[in-house]
Amino acid sequence: MPTGRFCAGWKGETVLKWKAKIEILLKQQVLDPQGGAVEKALKTMGYPSVTGVRVGKYIELVLSAEGRGQAAARVEEMSEKLLSNPVIEDYRYELVEVGE
Amino acid sequence: MKAGVIVFPGSNCDLDAYHLVRDILGQEADYIWHGETSPGEYDLLILPGGFSYGDYLRSGAIARFSPVMEAVASFAAAGGMVLGICNGFQILTEAGLLPGALYRNRHLQFRCRQTYIRVENNRLPFTGLARKEQVLKIPVAHGDGCYYVPEDELAGLEERGQVVFRYTDSGGSPTKKANPNGSVSNIAGVCNEQGNVLGLMPHPERAGEDLLGSSDGLVIFKSILDYLGAGEVSRRG
Repeated sequence: MPTGRFCAGWKGETVLKWKAKIEILLKQQVLDPQGGAVEKALKTMGYPSVTGVRVGKYIELVLSAEGRGQAAARVEEMSEKLLSNPVIEDYRYELVEVGE
Repeated sequence: MKAGVIVFPGSNCDLDAYHLVRDILGQEADYIWHGETSPGEYDLLILPGGFSYGDYLRSGAIARFSPVMEAVASFAAAGGMVLGICNGFQILTEAGLLPGALYRNRHLQFRCRQTYIRVENNRLPFTGLARKEQVLKIPVAHGDGCYYVPEDELAGLEERGQVVFRYTDSGGSPTKKANPNGSVSNIAGVCNEQGNVLGLMPHPERAGEDLLGSSDGLVIFKSILDYLGAGEVSRRG
């Protein structure tokens, strides 16, 4: 879900630059072998209480868009088409305005 | 038969596929560069193995947007035969031309070894000359070959005969040990609903000569030839 600063300094039709911070994680029902290996290593290192380790991807990009709504729509389109594979992965993102 | 072997930046089994079609089968083959938008007339398009675009992001994720892929999709939609091997299979799932997804092997290791796969559906253009449940010895070489499809979609795939190959032991039993990557239900290869697009992780093009350890992969290519020659799927078994 978008959780960025909400429209502070929104300027209508003005084209603004936005930074999208996108996190991609395997769906809960998809086994994550990397997460499992990392969890095992952490336990071996002396953190036996660690559970639920999941390894994902973090992607940042900057785009120009007229307002938050347009920026969000583009980020979602890019995330669904290329950045994540909806068969196995979920994504969430944050949008931050970075100026004109 | 005229086959087109698509070459993406990072493909490395394109020569193997080309060699098999030309030198073993004695048929025509061309390389098709991934930037090509109108590749011309072919009976079969092969998406070969390799590491297209360095497997960046996900295996096949970037290659799937290569210019040639629109032509591959139109060719498939018109009933053309498309065969994706290893990375080619990954590209076809990423493109949505085949169901499911392929990701990191469950044990996190790259596997390069002989496998045995059982023919689950021999009523396809790709398998018409195989016996039902025939076991083929064909090698794998991959790190991202774990096939995943949501549980609620798996039954539908099975019912429609879209599960074409399953990893088994040499006797045809789909044991856990025979599965080189942890794929769901030991799946090694699937086809689309129409049966004209096939993807598999094992490399039948590397199993076309006894010198290489097996010639079992030939049954797939000979089935394709038979289908093209006969004009209909051979039904056996």
